[in-house]
Amino acid sequence: MDLSTFNWLPLLAALMVASTPILLAGIGELVVEKAGVLNLGVEGMMITGAVCGFAMAIATESAVIGFVSAAVGGAVLSLLFGVLTQVLLSNQVATGLALTLFGLGLSAVLGQNYIGVKGIEISAVNLGPLADIPFLGPVLFQHDGMVYVSLLMVVAVWYFLNRTRAGLVLRAVGESHDAAHALGYKVVRIRLAAIAFGGACAGLGGAYLSLIRVPQWTEGMTAGAGWLALALVVFASWKPGRVLIGAYLFGGLTVLQLNLQAAGVKVPVELLSMSPYVITILVLVLISSGRRGRQTAAPASLGRAFHATT
Amino acid sequence: MTQPNSQEAPLLRINALTKAYPGVIANEDVSFDIGTAEIHALLGENGAGKSTLVKMIYGLVKPDSGQMVFAGAPFAPPAPAAARQTGVAMVFQHFSLFEALNVAENVALGMENPPAMGQLAERITSVSRAYGLPLDPARRVGDLSAGERQRVEIVRCLLQDPKLLIMDEPTSVLTPQEVEILFETLRKLRAEGTSILYISHKLEEIRTLCDRATILRRGKVVAKTDPQQASASELAEMMVGTALKPAARVTGMKGAVMLEVRGLSMAAPSDFGTALKDLSFQVNAGEILGIGGVAGNGQDELLLALSGEITTAAGTVRMQDDDLSQQGPLERRRAGLLCAPEERLGHAAVPDMSLTENAMLTARVRENMDKAGMLDWGAARSFAQDVIKAFDVRTPGPATAAQALSGGNLQKFVVGREILQQPSVLVVNQPTWGVDAAAAAAIRQALLDLAAQGAAVVMISQDLDEILEIADRFVALNGGQLSASEPVEGLTLERIGLMLGGAHGMEVAQGAPAHATAPQGGPS
Repeated sequence: MDLSTFNWLPLLAALMVASTPILLAGIGELVVEKAGVLNLGVEGMMITGAVCGFAMAIATESAVIGFVSAAVGGAVLSLLFGVLTQVLLSNQVATGLALTLFGLGLSAVLGQNYIGVKGIEISAVNLGPLADIPFLGPVLFQHDGMVYVSLLMVVAVWYFLNRTRAGLVLRAVGESHDAAHALGYKVVRIRLAAIAFGGACAGLGGAYLSLIRVPQWTEGMTAGAGWLALALVVFASWKPGRVLIGAYLFGGLTVLQLNLQAAGVKVPVELLSMSPYVITILVLVLISSGRRGRQTAAPASLGRAFHATT
Repeated sequence: MTQPNSQEAPLLRINALTKAYPGVIANEDVSFDIGTAEIHALLGENGAGKSTLVKMIYGLVKPDSGQMVFAGAPFAPPAPAAARQTGVAMVFQHFSLFEALNVAENVALGMENPPAMGQLAERITSVSRAYGLPLDPARRVGDLSAGERQRVEIVRCLLQDPKLLIMDEPTSVLTPQEVEILFETLRKLRAEGTSILYISHKLEEIRTLCDRATILRRGKVVAKTDPQQASASELAEMMVGTALKPAARVTGMKGAVMLEVRGLSMAAPSDFGTALKDLSFQVNAGEILGIGGVAGNGQDELLLALSGEITTAAGTVRMQDDDLSQQGPLERRRAGLLCAPEERLGHAAVPDMSLTENAMLTARVRENMDKAGMLDWGAARSFAQDVIKAFDVRTPGPATAAQALSGGNLQKFVVGREILQQPSVLVVNQPTWGVDAAAAAAIRQALLDLAAQGAAVVMISQDLDEILEIADRFVALNGGQLSASEPVEGLTLERIGLMLGGAHGMEVAQGAPAHATAPQGGPS
């Protein structure tokens, strides 16, 4: 294996772009799970966002409208899940899986006329002299706006969860919905809001794929990114900062796999594509074998249905 | 003690409140007053409607009819936030705390307009010191003891300067020392002008602490009384509606040794557990052995070792001629050694499963609930039905989930389920914990009857009165070690105090709980 001919610069430059979809979807799912809801429909919401964003961006020639539409599309789809699980008390795992299948089908129908259509041009944001710094410039400062929006989102979610009262209430609902209800908090309403936020983020992540990363619409184009985002939340043990680290690690592995192939290095592709999941399993083992033993970082009410008895 | 100011306008006047649920009237025409700076007891059996009533005061439930007047103004809180703003605070029976969050965050969640976290932490520290309830605001609630968790709830209420503090069964999770600290705090609050609505079915506590009492039975007010003038048995009679028979003890013949524990040692099963050190005792047929001591001194571990959930060295647990030390719970059940653990939900019964399913879980072997290798649900259902009938478990039927039963009813079910299997040896841990007077009396009588039929009973209990009432012999469990046994007959409280050794602060006498008499350096 000859690594001296291997060019690291494009790999690092592509890393942030490759990681942004799962970072967006992951940070949204983190908020959902912090509220005690397990939405396995991330893949479905992402691809719905991808097609909504692509269609609206083509129609309006505006990337901003495209992303906003993607967020709205993802949120609307997630509220379908929200109403089913929070109001009608359906099983969260089954409903989430159904949402993924539904989203894949729905996006295929919506996207029929967009197959092979060329996407719109989206240029990098101009960060002035920063972009001209050797090495760091291309790696960090020559990207499109959404990359920086996703980073801001991580900071905002961290601040919201750890520094604001609304964030505290949301975590409380995820820890013990019965206790939160006894204190007079609106459990169902708070969870619906979290689910909608998660849906919007997943939609943004999907649109990032169809508008920037690829950029065009193909059926099933998320190709498992939603599942990667779900694994990411567990990998991050429900902490926003670690979601960022995990997203760049997982995203990095994807880019590495492509670049290694291009460089002709003989590493089985399958090995690299499954590595995020192997790492997540290892992290799970590490968490649960730690000193705290059974006390994992997972919100205590995660996935449990809430029904007010009074 | 301050006298209630009955001449002045009451702080809270409750007038003809009625609340009905489908099939049951939880409260019917309930009226009473709570004065300023008064500790007012709300007394009643499980299911008498106490919880529904306080939920209406706290804004969690809306009454069907009736009014409330708080400090002269009409009071109908649509939500707990409104009640809190008016000056009503509540400490819940089952803690409304979040284990993964720290003390300060938990306090903030129960306040309307909490200050910034830094300031709040300071206020928690100062208020908790002022009331003798020390708390570290940065600690995770999941790491706190039951008593400390209750402090969090109380401090959360106190930070809002409530005019009325509602306490729902506050002592059911506390050790006797913690009860004494709590009572000091409550008296201090009363002296400062706060009213307290104190819900309990522990009669001695109410007689010690409360100025007035309102007694509920089946959703109606049946009596209003001065608890310091009434005797505990009078209060119990008003609460239950009939005179309670003290358990009738039949001093039957003591038979052969049924259970023998010899040199039982066991490492602590968890970081917070207690190791058992060289325990030895015998129980004869027809006898009840009472094991006393403050919680956390090895009671739970002893039950695990006897039930077979944790096996111990060979020869340590013997039933007649069989060595059961290495056998699991199923083999021990087959041999006739049955157990009813303390924790009703999650240990003695599976909360989400029906009573039929819970009956199947422990009674399958002894009650032949197998049919050609398949589970015989019909047999389980009729066994559950038998338990419900024999022990007066109040429930719609055996298909009800265990967690839907009130504490007392579920306790009757889990104890009754073991007794009806006719064990040769029955081990019970805290058989009447959190159970109302009538149900407790029924359970104690059932244990006596079982012993009279020739079974050996091991009763682990923190309630010394209960041990003195029904046990034949007494041993003290302290720091994982067992004292020598003494016959209960002729046992003086002084002697018990000596046997308990480091178990200071134990509630021994009727009336006021004893202060710490033993030197420091208890369970270590």
